[in-house]
Amino acid sequence: MFILEAITKSFDGRIAVGPINLEIATGSATVLIGPSGCGKSTLLRLMIGLTTPDTGAVSFEGALVTPDSAPMLRRRMGYVIQDGGLFPHLTARGNAGLMAKYLGWTQQRIDDRLADLAALTAFPIDGLDRYPAQLSGGQRQRVSLMRALMLDPDVLLLDEPLGALDPVIRYELQDELREIFRTLGKTVVMVTHDIGEAGFFGDDIVLLRDGVIVQRGDIRSLVNAPADPFVEQFVHAQRSVADVLAETRS
Amino acid sequence: MKAFAILIVLLAMTGTADAAEIRVGSKKFTESVILGEAVSHLIRDAGGRAIHRREIGGTRVLFQALLKGEIDVYAEYTGTLSQEILAGLKLDSNAKIRAALAKRGIVMGRRLGFNNTYAIGMNEDRAERLGIRTISDLASHPDLRFGFGNEFMNRADGWPNLRRRYGLPQKNVRGLDHDLAYRGLEANDMDAMDVYTTDAEISYYGLRLLRDDLNHFPVYQAVLIWRAGLDPEIVAAFRRLEGRIDEAAMGRMNGRVKLDKVSESEVAAAFARTSLGVNAIAVDESMWRRLQRHTMEHLTLVAISLSAAIAFALPLGVLAARRENIGQIILAIAGVIQTIPSLALFVFMIPLLGIGGPPAMVALFLYSLLPIIRNTYAGLTDISPSIRESAEALGLPPGARLRLVELPLAARTILAGIKTSAVINVGTATLGALIGAGGYGQPILTGIRLDDVALILEGAIPAAILALMAQGIFETAERMIVAKGLRLKPAA
Ligand SMILES: Nc1ncnc2c1ncn2[C@@H]1O[C@H](COP(=O)(O)OP(=O)(O)O)[C@@H](O)[C@H]1O
Ligand SMILES: [Mg+2]
Repeated sequence: MFILEAITKSFDGRIAVGPINLEIATGSATVLIGPSGCGKSTLLRLMIGLTTPDTGAVSFEGALVTPDSAPMLRRRMGYVIQDGGLFPHLTARGNAGLMAKYLGWTQQRIDDRLADLAALTAFPIDGLDRYPAQLSGGQRQRVSLMRALMLDPDVLLLDEPLGALDPVIRYELQDELREIFRTLGKTVVMVTHDIGEAGFFGDDIVLLRDGVIVQRGDIRSLVNAPADPFVEQFVHAQRSVADVLAETRS
Repeated sequence: MKAFAILIVLLAMTGTADAAEIRVGSKKFTESVILGEAVSHLIRDAGGRAIHRREIGGTRVLFQALLKGEIDVYAEYTGTLSQEILAGLKLDSNAKIRAALAKRGIVMGRRLGFNNTYAIGMNEDRAERLGIRTISDLASHPDLRFGFGNEFMNRADGWPNLRRRYGLPQKNVRGLDHDLAYRGLEANDMDAMDVYTTDAEISYYGLRLLRDDLNHFPVYQAVLIWRAGLDPEIVAAFRRLEGRIDEAAMGRMNGRVKLDKVSESEVAAAFARTSLGVNAIAVDESMWRRLQRHTMEHLTLVAISLSAAIAFALPLGVLAARRENIGQIILAIAGVIQTIPSLALFVFMIPLLGIGGPPAMVALFLYSLLPIIRNTYAGLTDISPSIRESAEALGLPPGARLRLVELPLAARTILAGIKTSAVINVGTATLGALIGAGGYGQPILTGIRLDDVALILEGAIPAAILALMAQGIFETAERMIVAKGLRLKPAA
């Protein structure tokens, strides 16, 4: 689906990403993970062509992603970001249907598609005519997901889609989201900094540090065979409730 | 919007002259306006069509307008011609002035009769107490406060040379409007001012004119000057004024207007009837007609300059937001324009565009740019990166992103900028009257000249109402244009 070859990207003379080689297989669910600032978002943005690499090339389904080709290629990608990035001046319907409308879909066709997507994402139909400011955080993420899925893309790119939600809703949505991915059977690339979430979603976890890939594999191999002390530390960096209880007892 | 702008332009064009019209000019002081009215009456009596463009401005504005053919005739003074307009040529006789003007395609008539020269005036009592009779006497009173008309402060025969000639030591010298100076003198805010010898206020306020014992002031004989090639019958008609107005007659006419509040047109008509036997009828507008005309002029100035500013500033603001480096240049230039004092900006337009509506519109246009550019820029650059990126990630091309996402999100800020421009524009347009563009500034100027508060309010009140209306209109527009989703308070 995606092939990234010898990619580097710097900002203000500092290398943010690279050198990186990464191939993402069609139908896979890949999770990009690593500490904050390690280049996860930048890598995702390189894939959808929102930034261009300094060296190397990104290709999507055999086509080179360049500033010229990106707008067309993006119609086959869905992109969801942390806070949803919803357009506050448009209703949920307006947000999700904006691109379809631009492409000349009839309102009927848009509404039909939206009915399907609302059912898929468990979004209330009557919420479609509300503005983002009138929706809850979880509902906003559902709208953002509907918008990404509107044109039935080949791949979904998600940048910490659940990062802004409180833990209970996040927990619920993790379940639902994985269910949706399974139903759709699409290629998914998702960014998270939560190793538990990564293991929950991904059969293919890519661990990044300072812009380069440190280890790639499933959650088991990361836990059982960490490539270096950093990986081991990262995998165990999150406290579970059990850890806390154990600590306070002693 | 576009159709509206075209309509306004058409309306503005219907106001421009046709061939048979003789355009008479006058400076913004009463005597000049009366003479302009008298010339107009005589032209009409001879069957011509006279348009009096009243109170266009000062000497330079009038003379430039005459050179450019924007007016055909006005009353000037030989002293002004030799000392100011043609100052570089050192002309010491009327014959030489006449010849120099002829080279510029302008004819100077014979003297109208009176000599309106400068004099220094003081409160009679105060002058008596200090024992001041001549200008030389001033030298021994260094603490006296002087208030001089702005023109007098700067002209060759004005304050700079008067001070040198008489060795005057006074430091407390202010430039101010001539009509305000009389009131300053009466309120004892100052001790001496420049006056014209035909000023009606001299006797009204009981001023003592100090004798020009060193013969500093040149002679200011009133003459008509006109563009060569005017219809000889018309010229013969207005030349009937030559030799017919002495100082006393002029002073009386000035007094009738300034002190008895009779209109210039009526005073000039009465003079034409009694002294020249011309059957002249004053053309005085009713207050409502005048208000209508000023409203139309003001609206035209504002509507054209503001629509042009919107049409121009919006794309510039978008460009500034898109290209950071060009943006800084655009904002810097617009900022510099804004720092030019508005009065100066109007005056800068005269050499380029002459007098009247168009130069005023250009000045107002320039003045209205910055708030719109800056707010468009700010509105667009303030959009959060995640929203901007989401629009791009959908695959929308730049134009569609601008139209469907960015401009609607920036709409409130942009409208606020337009509103600011509109309010500034309505207020600043009152200055248009200084360069002959009319509008609500006209009654304000005339009111200051005639010390007529009612007339000042006739311009000031509608201007304030118009500013409030502009504000109201844009607030309504905001409710209609800014999307409902942006006016909601976020739920979370
Ligand atoms: N547009 C940008 N301009 C400058 N620096 C950037 C920009 N985007 C990202 N960076 C820098 O690149 C590095 C990687 O950023 P990012 O990809 O957002 O990390 P992550 O998503 O893993 O937290 C960070 O050091 C960040 O400061
Ligand atoms: Mg990130």
